[in-house]
Amino acid sequence: MTWNQIFSTSVGKKITMSLTGIFLILFLVVHAGLNACIWAFDEGETFNKAAAFMGNNWVPRVLEIGLFGGLLLHIFQGYSLELANRSKRAVNYAIPYGNKGSKWYSRSMAILGTLLLMFLIMHIYQFWTPSRLGGMMGIEKLPEATYNGKEIHNLFYEMKEEFENPIIVVFYVLACASLGYHLAHGFQSAFRTLGVHNKRYSILLSSLGYGFSIFVPLIFALMPISFLFKLV
Amino acid sequence: MAHKSMNLTLKVWRQKNAKTTGQFESYQVKNISEEMSFLEMFDVLNEQLVQENKEPIAFDHDCREGICGMCSMYIDGKPHGPWQANTTCQLHMRAFKDGDTITVEPWRANAFPVLKDLVVDRTSFDRIIQAGGYVSVNTGNAVDGNSLPINKNAADDSFAAAMCIGCGACVAACKNSSAMLFLSAKVSHLALLPQGDPERSTRVMNMVAQMDKEGFGACTNTGACEATCPKEISLSNIARLNQEYLLSSLTASN
Repeated sequence: MTWNQIFSTSVGKKITMSLTGIFLILFLVVHAGLNACIWAFDEGETFNKAAAFMGNNWVPRVLEIGLFGGLLLHIFQGYSLELANRSKRAVNYAIPYGNKGSKWYSRSMAILGTLLLMFLIMHIYQFWTPSRLGGMMGIEKLPEATYNGKEIHNLFYEMKEEFENPIIVVFYVLACASLGYHLAHGFQSAFRTLGVHNKRYSILLSSLGYGFSIFVPLIFALMPISFLFKLV
Repeated sequence: MAHKSMNLTLKVWRQKNAKTTGQFESYQVKNISEEMSFLEMFDVLNEQLVQENKEPIAFDHDCREGICGMCSMYIDGKPHGPWQANTTCQLHMRAFKDGDTITVEPWRANAFPVLKDLVVDRTSFDRIIQAGGYVSVNTGNAVDGNSLPINKNAADDSFAAAMCIGCGACVAACKNSSAMLFLSAKVSHLALLPQGDPERSTRVMNMVAQMDKEGFGACTNTGACEATCPKEISLSNIARLNQEYLLSSLTASN
């Protein structure tokens, strides 16, 4: 049995979704933890230094390639599964099955994922591109900040400027809500797909999943809100 | 208790054969006893149609005891109708009120093509079973039952999975038309027992491959199948199937 055979069945494709999903969940923890440095209340010094470390050290840069790879695989496999699944019922019911036994968000992962993708394109354009590629190909450079005589990107100032616009803040908060619902199903579903069926672990993972899907998006949502209301 | 009867309007999917497109037709049935089963009410309607020189409605049924898995109507937006853990044949008319309009559709899935009216072709399930849902044994004298110790929990879980009657309600309810609850029940009930152990690796791989070949969708763990299953097959069987698949893939020798 080849690796290709293993990952090309309907179960194999779901395993890919699950592994990339768990990888992205771990990334969220790192991202939320790092961004929480904005609440050091030092005009962004801790945050800018942390961001500069992530941008200049080779370990996070290599991991970043893996992150983009995992993200693209998750997106590609997700859409491919959604399209395949939608094609399996040529004639729909006159009376839809509805919510019986399932939550709306568990049936709307592709829509929630699409909202997240739209957000990600905007988010990458706003912060990642000027931070990593600023100065190249006519992309605007980030402002600089000087700490102990050393110049680094002032990402904190960039966030402050972007989040002065309430429309962008509302868009970010809505994206966090989409992330929350995507995780509410995705977190526990990923572990089910990897074969967790023991009752004890299922209950634990389900509770952990709901907790994660509320807590992490809430942290992310509080970041633009903090800037908008000048709390940092 | 006073006996009640009711008059109903039925909106039933009529389709001449697999090649034609169907449509809904409405029928009135009168004086239906609340003690009748849903299929008995259909028998009354069919007699009425025959007397009117009209084609009776084709529908699947066999045991009418809730154990054969033949009946397959999608009633008012739910496979097997409004009751929980119930088959169409065990659905009784007391579930409805006088004057109700009931919409009856066949299972909808490309892997279950409509043959006529409410009858769908479910031989795809048979082919999935043929791909590995069995144990190969050299027959001989029956061994003593106690010579094979089986963990009580495993035996209980295996029996619960073996309750699956293969009716296809899980496919009918799933937004992806996935057969994973059915497949996982068949894989689980054998994987949990020592008799099923020698073939467990090839079984799961072959049955998953056959399921994909038949045109069923992938599982997205929404839980709709579990909620509609007349035998209350647990969603945890799907996770067990995933585990079986993953372990078989990782430990395959070729």
